[in-house]
Amino acid sequence: MSKMKIRRILIRFLGLVAALALLAGAGRVRAQLLVNGAGATFPYPIYSKWFDEYSKVDPSVRFNYQSIGSGAGQKQILEGTVDFGASDGPMSDHNLAKAPGKILHVPTVAGADVVTYNLPGAPRLRLDGPSIAGIFLGNITKWNDPRLTGLNPGLALPDADILVVHRADGSGTTYIFADYLSSVSQEWAAKVGRGTAVKWPAGLGAKGNEGVTGQIKQMPGAIGYVELVYAMQNHLPYASVKNAAENFIAPSVESVTAALAAATIPDDFRFSMVNPPGPYAYPIAGATWLLVYQQQRNAEKGRKMVEFLNWAMKEGENMAPQLDYAPLPPALSKRVLAEIGGIRY
Amino acid sequence: MNAAAKISIVLAPPSKAGDTAFKLLTWSMAMMVFVMVALVGWELWQGSELSLQKFGWRFLLHSDWDPVNGNFGALPFVFGTFVSSVLGLLIALPLSLATAIYLTELAPGWVRQPAITLMEMLAAIPSVILGLWGIFVLVPWLRDHPFALLQKVFGFLPIFGGHIYGASVLSAAVIIAIMIVPIITSISREVLRAVPDSQREAAFALGATRWEVTRLAVLKGSMRGIFGAAMLGLGRALGETMAVTMVIGNSPDISASLFAPGYTLASAIANEFTEATDDLYRSALFELGLVLLLVTIVTNILAHLLVGAVNAPKHAAHA
Repeated sequence: MSKMKIRRILIRFLGLVAALALLAGAGRVRAQLLVNGAGATFPYPIYSKWFDEYSKVDPSVRFNYQSIGSGAGQKQILEGTVDFGASDGPMSDHNLAKAPGKILHVPTVAGADVVTYNLPGAPRLRLDGPSIAGIFLGNITKWNDPRLTGLNPGLALPDADILVVHRADGSGTTYIFADYLSSVSQEWAAKVGRGTAVKWPAGLGAKGNEGVTGQIKQMPGAIGYVELVYAMQNHLPYASVKNAAENFIAPSVESVTAALAAATIPDDFRFSMVNPPGPYAYPIAGATWLLVYQQQRNAEKGRKMVEFLNWAMKEGENMAPQLDYAPLPPALSKRVLAEIGGIRY
Repeated sequence: MNAAAKISIVLAPPSKAGDTAFKLLTWSMAMMVFVMVALVGWELWQGSELSLQKFGWRFLLHSDWDPVNGNFGALPFVFGTFVSSVLGLLIALPLSLATAIYLTELAPGWVRQPAITLMEMLAAIPSVILGLWGIFVLVPWLRDHPFALLQKVFGFLPIFGGHIYGASVLSAAVIIAIMIVPIITSISREVLRAVPDSQREAAFALGATRWEVTRLAVLKGSMRGIFGAAMLGLGRALGETMAVTMVIGNSPDISASLFAPGYTLASAIANEFTEATDDLYRSALFELGLVLLLVTIVTNILAHLLVGAVNAPKHAAHA
């Protein structure tokens, strides 16, 4: 390439940069309040939908949300580098004690984990707590194990190895799953426990819902768990799970909302909703939270945030089912609204 | 008179300021490299303080990784990183060297240029794309054909025993090999090209065959450079994250079988950092980073010592 040519390209490029800079400058003329948040990846689709819709309701404020993970969300709200955090699991007492002020948990939507698998014909399996725990503990290793065939009398399950696939990255999805297994299996609670990442007794790990799905699709006889949203959008086969009322329930937005309605929820909203007592409740479900300080440092931002949260509870919740998230039942959203009313700025 | 005056101005004794400034500038740029490495090391050390205090040296020898109970050990990750990288290098090195020799010594012009361009394109493929291709294409094929065959023939060896999942240390090694072939090839090619033609011609004149010319006149003097190329490849292999994460199976186990899933230092950090809410957990992940830095430095030092040991006696003999 000749020198002239390079120079011409360079000049054009610089011109483009200058034009872009001008455009950006023009956009900034309208004074807009920027509210920053960071955290969980699971609710990112619904949050970005909310922020987008809300920018039409109140153009004077813009919400910027980075889905960098619940761990980072909790850390950043503790350090005060963001205006709000987001987490798929409630904060621990230990972490809350480090906060300079009182942090409120605002539950927004709920989701569920589905158990998906690679079996010929993709049948709808029926599983219960002990059988799922047995599989993921590595105690049930064959598909034709009596503990599985007993639950699925009409199905001819093959004489094949069960290959367990789990999430390798830390995630709220894993937290819900481990939380559920801990509540239905004493062996799991003692050996493994609850966490966004745990010490898996069996199987191999894959990154993200897409990684787990990829591995399952590639390995006949594989079983794993993914988010309900992801399973629905990708038409994966999934199991009905026996709940605390002894009914086999298929995962769906309705059965997760039923689980939310049946769960016992304390006043600080740090709750677990796995295996609740309701007859139509899907048992492997969990909520996600926004984390905000009760006493806001910046009055203007605080006021905008409270306005947004009120909008989210009243209008935003209606958008949840379209995106396969379960909205809060009315009784709960009333309690949450009362808590939002307590934010000072 | 005027002209003479001008000349005397032009020829005025040059100031050394320019040279000094140039030297200082380049020196400070070179120092940046040291400063960067030192800063990275310092940050990692700071971040891993909690874990260093709690586990000390046991961290390196312990094979438990239990975030729920706060028990952390790096051994399976060090093992997985080391085995997958070295194996990847072992696969990649003969391939790259043969390619480089063919391209410099044997290939006709119409093959050489397209092949070099393709090689450069292979180097430019993002690792996440290779990883996806790995999950959906490479790993199932490896599992059904080469792995099954290896187990059939060499199944009595523990390294080819056990269940074949597909995702495994060996799959990771193959992906790593694919990723480091371009870098090793292109550097080896430069090294071979640097051998003066007169040397080749001399060997031909002595009646050497093509193979003898390549072996004696070209390869013998290039060993150091080729070794350097391999080391750059190994450096990339040790730190490779996304593609490896997608095919290695991510289980912190130490298994004799290459068909078993494993885990690497870089993958563990990438996977678990975002959701680590507990201080000790985060600190342990920082320490994995510190271990990775140390493993890389130690490998490089060892490699330099090794290449020194390989080369030194030969030079002595020549002298």
